Amino acid sequence: MIDWLSPEEWTAVRLSLIVATTAMIASLPFGLAIAFVLARGRFWGKSVLDAAVHLPLILPPVVTGYLLLIWFGRRGPVGQVLYEYFGIVLSFRWTGAALASAVMGFPLMVRAMRLSIEAVDRKLEDAAGTLGASPAWVFAAVTLPLCLPGIIVGMILSFAKAMGEFGATITFVSNIPGETQTLPSAIYTFTQVPGGEAGALRLTLISIAISVAALFISEAMARLVARRIAAA
Amino acid sequence: MNPVLDIAVRHRLGEFVLAAAFTSNGRLTALFGQSGSGKTSLVNVIGGLIRPQSGRVLVDGEVLVDTARGIILPKHRRRIGYVFQEARLFPHLTVRQNLMFGHWFAPREARHSSDLDAVLDLLGIGHLLDRRPGGLSGGEKQRVAIGRALLSSPRLLLMDEPLAALDEARKAEILPYIERLRDKVGIPIVYVSHSVAEVARLATTVALVEQGRITACGPTAEILSRLDLAMRPGAPEASSLIEARVIGFDAEFGLAKLETRGGSLQVARGSLALGQHLRVRILASDVLVSLAPLTGISALNTLSGTITEIGERSGQDASTLHLRIDCSGDALTVLLTAKSVAALGLAVGNPVHAVIKSVSVETP
Repeated sequence: MIDWLSPEEWTAVRLSLIVATTAMIASLPFGLAIAFVLARGRFWGKSVLDAAVHLPLILPPVVTGYLLLIWFGRRGPVGQVLYEYFGIVLSFRWTGAALASAVMGFPLMVRAMRLSIEAVDRKLEDAAGTLGASPAWVFAAVTLPLCLPGIIVGMILSFAKAMGEFGATITFVSNIPGETQTLPSAIYTFTQVPGGEAGALRLTLISIAISVAALFISEAMARLVARRIAAA
Repeated sequence: MNPVLDIAVRHRLGEFVLAAAFTSNGRLTALFGQSGSGKTSLVNVIGGLIRPQSGRVLVDGEVLVDTARGIILPKHRRRIGYVFQEARLFPHLTVRQNLMFGHWFAPREARHSSDLDAVLDLLGIGHLLDRRPGGLSGGEKQRVAIGRALLSSPRLLLMDEPLAALDEARKAEILPYIERLRDKVGIPIVYVSHSVAEVARLATTVALVEQGRITACGPTAEILSRLDLAMRPGAPEASSLIEARVIGFDAEFGLAKLETRGGSLQVARGSLALGQHLRVRILASDVLVSLAPLTGISALNTLSGTITEIGERSGQDASTLHLRIDCSGDALTVLLTAKSVAALGLAVGNPVHAVIKSVSVETP
């Protein structure tokens, strides 16, 4: 297998997995919090927040990538703060690729989690409260386990989106082999050079395999969890 | 001494106004009323699921709500067990985990390692421990829900029509457990119901709820037989509750002989056991009144007594009235037409005979 792929191609595969995993894990707490607020909160500006979360789904990816570049670039208002106080550089780094992927997958993640939180029976939470559980315990012991299938689905969607993200990533962090060249960027590069078809095909097959595997794992996990809480 | 329950709350929900006040010392206080009368809202105020706009809720003298002093304890700090109409078991936990859920949050000094065994024994659910709620029958679910509430060591147990979603057979399965709970456990219970049969069987105290208000509150036998209440919309039809004891059986005809203060009664044997104490209920409209002892009549039971009270004419076209007969200490409420009362010349102090068909005597 090692011989089958060139070192550069391996680097692209490994980088893609790291970027997608980082994007999924880093956006999980934010996604869960926003999903909870959208599912349960009643406040002024809720529809504005809802629209803002969905923006990356509607905007052209290049636009999202360009906005990220303006805001999170080395001289951007957020990027400058991150660099000066935390030493974090996002532009033209793999961390930037993770950010771009996370932003693009965020609406999918929030949507899946929000639906599952909305489906949790509030009456069960009331019952837990009368049994002495504080709101934090109710969330941890009742709400969270009951919406676990939706959380898993949201995470896998975010991961899958990150694996395939191209437009925002290439705009924000370019296409640097070994640093920001993820699978889609590498495939794109192969198609731009004469005789690159074989490499493009190999990476395409790998890309399909990873996506299908992610889908199967998520289905299996969601089914496992759902069987435990089903038949209520 | 403080009453077990001292409640006076006011709360507006849209058009509906809950303005209920009562105190009770009963072991099982029934909130009785039609659907929509505000019974569930009232227990939700007690349990902390509704924050009342004003008023107070005291349990055993402890202040749970006093809006005048700005106190509204959140539900998880009230230590009030709540058994809902639908059991509301946690589907992702086993029966054992469900049972121990509240136990875990109970104060350390209030919980004992033997609690679970006692509750399993009381409710007969030991064989269900490793099952999940999804696989239980309605009656089993409700018993687990009762056990779960008990194990949170509450100072008061709320039961909101716990039998309403069950069929007759399941109700019959659970009622004895609730009786044991009332008699053995020593946690006061507030029981919401619109079934007179349940209230007559279980309650020591009854509070009538009508359009968000408590219209009467007192000992069960007294409330169910009160003449002025019988005619109110939503109030139970007037009836008499009589304490009785099984003293023998008539095997040939399948009857049981009961001893009451006013005389003996014969009723269908059912599942009664010798020496058992029970409460029988007799609807006011099921009793005949005669001036002389009757012979040649199919009814098996005659109680003798004296008329102590004759109510106002009421009912359709004011054609009927209630009267109350004292049978050596047991109060019997009777519904007659005004015409019969006039024809017999009935007056307070008259000795009369109350004739009751065996099939009209309701036993548990």
